Amino acid sequence: MKPVAFDYVLAESIDTTVAALAAAGGEAKILAGGQSLVPMLNFRLLRPAILVDINRIPDLAFIDERADHIAIGALTRHYRLETSPIIAEHFPVVAEAMRHVAHLAIRNRGTIGGSLSHADPAAELPMLALLLDATLHVVSPTGPRAIAAWDFFLGPLTVDLAADEMLTRVTIPKLPPVTGWSFVEVARRTGDFALAAVAVTLTLRDGLIGEARIAMTGIDETPKRADEAEALLAGRKLTADLIDAAIAAVRANVNPPTDLHASSDYRRHLIGVLTGRALADAWRRAGGEKP
Amino acid sequence: MSARAIKVTVNGVAYERSVEPRLLLADFLRHTLGLTGTHVGCEHGVCGACTVLVDGDSARSCLMFAVQADGARIETVESLGTIGQMNALQEAFHEHHALQCGFCTPGMLMTATDLMRKYPLASDDEIREGLSGNLCRCTGYEHIVRAVRAAVGRAKDAPS
Ligand SMILES: Cc1cc2nc3c(=O)[nH]c(=O)nc-3n(C[C@H](O)[C@H](O)[C@H](O)COP(=O)(O)OP(=O)(O)OC[C@H]3O[C@@H](n4cnc5c(N)ncnc54)[C@H](O)[C@@H]3O)c2cc1C
Ligand code: FES
Ligand code: FES
Repeated sequence: MKPVAFDYVLAESIDTTVAALAAAGGEAKILAGGQSLVPMLNFRLLRPAILVDINRIPDLAFIDERADHIAIGALTRHYRLETSPIIAEHFPVVAEAMRHVAHLAIRNRGTIGGSLSHADPAAELPMLALLLDATLHVVSPTGPRAIAAWDFFLGPLTVDLAADEMLTRVTIPKLPPVTGWSFVEVARRTGDFALAAVAVTLTLRDGLIGEARIAMTGIDETPKRADEAEALLAGRKLTADLIDAAIAAVRANVNPPTDLHASSDYRRHLIGVLTGRALADAWRRAGGEKP
Repeated sequence: MSARAIKVTVNGVAYERSVEPRLLLADFLRHTLGLTGTHVGCEHGVCGACTVLVDGDSARSCLMFAVQADGARIETVESLGTIGQMNALQEAFHEHHALQCGFCTPGMLMTATDLMRKYPLASDDEIREGLSGNLCRCTGYEHIVRAVRAAVGRAKDAPS
């Protein structure tokens, strides 16, 4: 199908984008990579009166290293995250995960800002934002505000962004030294949205787990952190028994959907298996003793 | 909803046209310019048949509007070669029987062109992963993978 007619605004800056959104009173949508928005327009699931194209705003696509964090511009394409030396050095878990996001032609266009704002419940970047305690920087007509990833994802395709707000930048605190990581996913086909995926970081202190982070996607209305399992792991050495306990904690705390592709029970089983693999992987990468 | 004037270079030829904002790049290429080599299957990014290169990078032409291509350099399957003079990738598709009905072929060729520039494609797994966003209902993929493998090998052997 073809989209309904709309007016097209080529935005020159963040301020003109926000002004155009505000003037449209909820009838306008930002067009970034278009890889989620245009399918919805083609199906006429969305009929915005105006599209505000942010693709030519200067200085909106960047990956910058600062003293204690990495800053990523909203228009940064998936392919750039996949191949950036800064990302490979500081967040190899992101580089690894990006290979699972769609296909090259889609990664060439899709943006981090678009993926986070769209918030598909099986997408990878929202779970990574949660895993890495990212902060999302938003500009609204009244000025800028910052939101923790933790507070941003409200439901399927629903985030804490008003119709006249624009996500401009994501900042991610650097990880402490001696941090191991892992990203594991099961999808029906390479590049498809995840049936379930788990991302882990384990930071070791004196040979024990100082901090464990576990993020999951595809298992609920929004991506989730596995709080209970994380707490269980802190201060311990990774052993086979501890992995089993973490798996049980994860399975007890998720409520996965049933759909055409997999049942709730299958996804719950899967999320446990993936958690076990990811923990062992991250522990090995951190240089921990064989569990 | 007013039409916009755009300038684009397609396969080396400069065009100036007036387009409605909702016109998809795929439809612009096919209907406005008459370049029907680019195929349209699903119109939501899933089949890959409409893949073209935009400023050198592969993109789904069903997920871009023609207005967004203003100032851009587009390459379609028509840029690769002619029936008398196919490029090495097309030759490899021909030799390895990598097409039957040919509907998916333009997208496969444009995708493989970008994949070969960006990834080593050292294993068949990597080739399959790269092509996984392009659907073919005829070949069973095996011959397409073989063709790409042959083209990668040839590119490696070619004097640089
Ligand atoms: C076949 C296919 C397979 C895919 N597979 C995957 C996958 O496996 N995993 C995955 O994560 N994704 C997948 N995607 C989606 C892809 O990652 C998209 O690129 C992403 O979801 C949206 O990014 P975008 O830049 O294209 O945003 P757009 O499509 O342009 O926009 C998406 C939404 O976000 C809003 N928006 C965009 N940018 C901003 C901003 N800066 N501020 C505020 N609002 C904004 C838009 O208004 C729109 O509502 C797939 C897409 C396709 C077509
Ligand atoms: S027609 Fe564009 S991907 Fe199917
Ligand atoms: S050759 Fe017929 S769809 Fe691929």
